[in-house]
Amino acid sequence: MSENPVRDAIAGAIAENKTILFLKGTPDAPACGFSARTVAALQALEVPFAAVDVLPDPRIRQELSAISQWPTIPQLFVDGELVGGADIVAEMYETGELSAVLGVEAPQDAPDEAPGASQEPEAPPLQIENRLL
Amino acid sequence: MPRADELKTRIETSLPGASAQVEDWTGGGDHFRATVVAPQFTGLSRIAQHRLVYDVFGAEIGGPIHALSLTTKTAE
Repeated sequence: MSENPVRDAIAGAIAENKTILFLKGTPDAPACGFSARTVAALQALEVPFAAVDVLPDPRIRQELSAISQWPTIPQLFVDGELVGGADIVAEMYETGELSAVLGVEAPQDAPDEAPGASQEPEAPPLQIENRLL
Repeated sequence: MPRADELKTRIETSLPGASAQVEDWTGGGDHFRATVVAPQFTGLSRIAQHRLVYDVFGAEIGGPIHALSLTTKTAE
């Protein structure tokens, strides 16, 4: 048996979900502007994603960064690979790379800049909140 | 409390040839925004480019430096 169940749970969640976002707060109520921007980009592409709030237990963030070698939150993983944090996701959204990585079509009327956090998606994304707890 | 010009100096010292613009985003000394141009970025993914900059500060990211928003570019 593993001696680090939190790390195992995080690694399992990354492996089991094609698209998974670790953020502060929830997709409906991000607790940080960087997390909000990243959620907004994913929602604008109408891509389903699993979400894990890192705030309830500091071990989640600690073990996540140990796995990913990435110091900040949010962190977006696709197919088990770290895609980036808020800056990279926003940049990839603007260039169209994000939709390519996610395997979805780019929106017809893609705005020049990443959408604001207040944008309401038509279909709420799949949410698996606090699944590690 | 870290200062923007201190961050700039540390980035440029750690990545020889790099040029960094750093601003204190909120004026509070803990949220920074940086644009870094460095020859070391050539051929690297964005993830790897950002890691090079994050590595300059190690555990200070998430600590005294609460947030460091990055834009990285390879040297022309």
